[in-house]
Amino acid sequence: MSKTVEEIDQVVIKFAGDSGDGMQLTGTQFSNTAAFIGNDLATFPDFPAEIRAPQGTVAGVSGFKIQFGSNRIFSPGDEADILIAMNPAALLANIDWIRDGGSVIIDSDSFKLKDFEKAGYKKNPLEDGTLAGYNVIEAPITKLTKESVVDCDIENKFRSRSKNMFALGIVYWLFSRPLSITEDFLDAKFGKVPEIARANKQALKAGYNYALTVELLPSAYKVKAAFLPKGKYRSVMGNEATAWGIMAAAERAELDIFLGTYPITPASDILHELSKFKNFNIVTLQAEDEIAGICASIGASFAGSLAVTSTSGPGLALKGEAIGLAMMTELPIVIINVQRGGPSTGLPTKTEQSDLLQAVYGRNGESPIIVLAASTPSNCFDYAYKAAKLAVEHMTPVILLTDGFIANGSEPWKIKSVGEMEDITPAFAKKDDENWNPYLRSKDKLNRTWAIPGTKGLEHRIGGLEKQAVTGNISYDPNNHEEMVKVRAKKVARVANFIPELEFNGDENSDLLVVGWGGTYGGLHTAVSSMLDEGKSVAHAHFNFINPLPKNTADVFSKFKKIVVCELNNGQFIKILQSEIPQFDYLQYNKIQGLPFSKSQLENEFNNLLEA
Amino acid sequence: MEHLVEEKELTFRDFETDQDVRWCPGCGDYAILKAAQKVMPQIGKEKEDIVFISGIGCSSRFPYYMNTYGFHTIHGRAPAVATGVKLANPNLSVWQVTGDGDALAIGGNHYIHALRRNIDINILLFNNEIYGLTKGQFSPTSATGLKTKSSPEGTVDRSFNPGKLAVGAEANFFARVIDVDPKRMAAVMLMAEKHTGTSLVEILQNCIIFNDKVFTNVTGKDVKLDMQLWLSHGEPMIFGKERNKGIILNGLQLEIVTIGENGVTEADVLVHDAHCSNNVLHNMLISMSAPEFPVAFGVIRMVESESFDQNVWKQIEEVKETAKIRSVDELMNSGVTWEIE
Repeated sequence: MSKTVEEIDQVVIKFAGDSGDGMQLTGTQFSNTAAFIGNDLATFPDFPAEIRAPQGTVAGVSGFKIQFGSNRIFSPGDEADILIAMNPAALLANIDWIRDGGSVIIDSDSFKLKDFEKAGYKKNPLEDGTLAGYNVIEAPITKLTKESVVDCDIENKFRSRSKNMFALGIVYWLFSRPLSITEDFLDAKFGKVPEIARANKQALKAGYNYALTVELLPSAYKVKAAFLPKGKYRSVMGNEATAWGIMAAAERAELDIFLGTYPITPASDILHELSKFKNFNIVTLQAEDEIAGICASIGASFAGSLAVTSTSGPGLALKGEAIGLAMMTELPIVIINVQRGGPSTGLPTKTEQSDLLQAVYGRNGESPIIVLAASTPSNCFDYAYKAAKLAVEHMTPVILLTDGFIANGSEPWKIKSVGEMEDITPAFAKKDDENWNPYLRSKDKLNRTWAIPGTKGLEHRIGGLEKQAVTGNISYDPNNHEEMVKVRAKKVARVANFIPELEFNGDENSDLLVVGWGGTYGGLHTAVSSMLDEGKSVAHAHFNFINPLPKNTADVFSKFKKIVVCELNNGQFIKILQSEIPQFDYLQYNKIQGLPFSKSQLENEFNNLLEA
Repeated sequence: MEHLVEEKELTFRDFETDQDVRWCPGCGDYAILKAAQKVMPQIGKEKEDIVFISGIGCSSRFPYYMNTYGFHTIHGRAPAVATGVKLANPNLSVWQVTGDGDALAIGGNHYIHALRRNIDINILLFNNEIYGLTKGQFSPTSATGLKTKSSPEGTVDRSFNPGKLAVGAEANFFARVIDVDPKRMAAVMLMAEKHTGTSLVEILQNCIIFNDKVFTNVTGKDVKLDMQLWLSHGEPMIFGKERNKGIILNGLQLEIVTIGENGVTEADVLVHDAHCSNNVLHNMLISMSAPEFPVAFGVIRMVESESFDQNVWKQIEEVKETAKIRSVDELMNSGVTWEIE
């Protein structure tokens, strides 16, 4: 039977099911295959804090969204064109996020009375008009999955386990995708249990053939490869890219890595990733608490390692005093903070730009440090690298902010080589240098030098007490204290000479400049680009360097009539801009729902501002 | 080419710094500093390979007075910092200097976890049973009922015995010494350094200002021979002015006996076994307190095993044998990749 094929530019698919249904794996497989074909894409996993919330309830729904296309894709998109709902709870949790006229693929075997009651539906949503206006495809996925693995030598409880692969097979047919990437993955993953691999592959194929045979949708879709720059690509997640950026910096600077950390959502994957590569002389210490994590890293920094700690909001609060110590002793350390919804325990698995003020100001005394923010899953690599470079060259703690959205999101990435990265020259002191002093500073960066234990002739003492300039001896001298406070601030301010200037997308003199920072890049870029295509007078400037700000920031701001600062918090960056660059009036647009911006919300807001 | 400069042997003077020592006159800390400076030339390390790390408190000023690498960190966190230093460079001799407040109150968590992991550092715990630097509040080791600025009616808190806490955290080396006996203190410090793993030395140290004479019931000239039991591995547990008192195990209790009375001979007295991995008897010895019992001093427990840092680096070396990915470029190019033409 020949299917009609409709060509489209971009599609948003949401895979949703119980948190034990394997939706993250399913979504990742679809992404890898799409990327392999040459689509551009962005993904966003969305899962509950509980490992296994009660089965079949809305609280237990785990989702994975992907937008892919033949265009450049900068965000996982807003409303889904296609929802795959493995149970009624998954449908209920996502019904408001399906495009009008979109398609819903459901496992009809999981829509029995008890199933939709457990999800919170009073009536069967398939029969009460809930899904009017959507193209509903009911498939007995559970039953067909069991049949597809009937010849596999596996335990009975595993027979319906592969239903995620059956569903994936359906979606692969819809988009004319090859099965080979996922088949290879299954062979590798279940190499030790070949029957499980076989069952999964058979379910995948069965799903594909079922869709082909019954012609599930009137037409299949074709999404052509995107015009990406030539080169070798891979898919990368934000946390993974962060870990690799640190590893690349260590290799380039010829330093061992020391990660002292404590598990916390959504930062733990950085620990997991670095723990896999001990052969790179990476020591990972899973410490007794957040404080011990950073303190051990500070010790390792004192001893000459590339010191790193990773955490999220509440953990950053616990590390505050120790960051102050690293600032005072002017030791290099990279503090990776993967932001999540706050305050307090907040929304651990949801995204929020929650910790900007904490990162910039959250310590006792005058305690300035460098603060950077990555803005896409793949550029976590670049900013982790840059954070390490700035730390060891300028001799200061650096906070790298990412967030749950980009940390768990993935996208295709043109693979870099360590050799093409900027050079890193740690500020090591020279052995037996008679003029050396612990707090003698360089002229350009104002950094002290790094004299590590084991270096003959440079024995010295440092600590958290105020120091005398140059000698580093304890000093309570009033003028010395003022001088030291100012020189530490100046040292960080000087970093502005070593970072790129701020760029913007759009034309000078536009009516509206959209300002964002960190993980909102994809959403803001997508909305502004689309408005630019419509001929709107709008531009977008995005900050990756927060402290210090790029030198030309005021210059850029002066080119525009209105400035709106968009943040996923109640207005933190705007406070910094108001105090650092007070000569402009800043408008603000905020969303505090644990979710990224949506394109339509942003366009509405910007259009309103343009008309006002 | 001949070496024109002769290698000079280090002396305690090489470990003095140009900083004024600012403890109160008569403080027990002076004797500890002197002992440490005397021990350093004997440990077989160059000055640059020794690191002193402290937290906050009177004791924690110590690194400023040692001409080695030193790090005066933040309150309670020195074990964590020391762990990082030692893991980053296991060749270093790492010493942590701490007090009863620093180690057992704010830093209690790091104290037990350093001991649990058995990181190869030496901890000098100055126990004066009081907060000195904050000017006289009770500490976790203060005796119940102690009247201080923060307990005018006397504390109702129960106190920690640092050694029992350590043994509970699986410590393999615990020793106890007194500030007024610097010779034996130095000998114990040397044993602590030679021991692989976390070596904890509790130093009973007199705070002349806020808790003066707290240990005189043990250190007083008239009582010290009767109130101190100095333990030495392989030697019988004998003490007393006449050296005729001994410790025996009666059922599940320690008991004091007099040799020569009731048919008791030296052969009946317990022989100290510091190397016994079972810590039950060590715990009982650590628990002995005056005036019912003499207080146990010397190396009470010293059990050899691999240290945390050794095992961390052993694992790293093992992974190097089998690792398939050996550079970051290889890593980034591993797994599923594709070419865009």
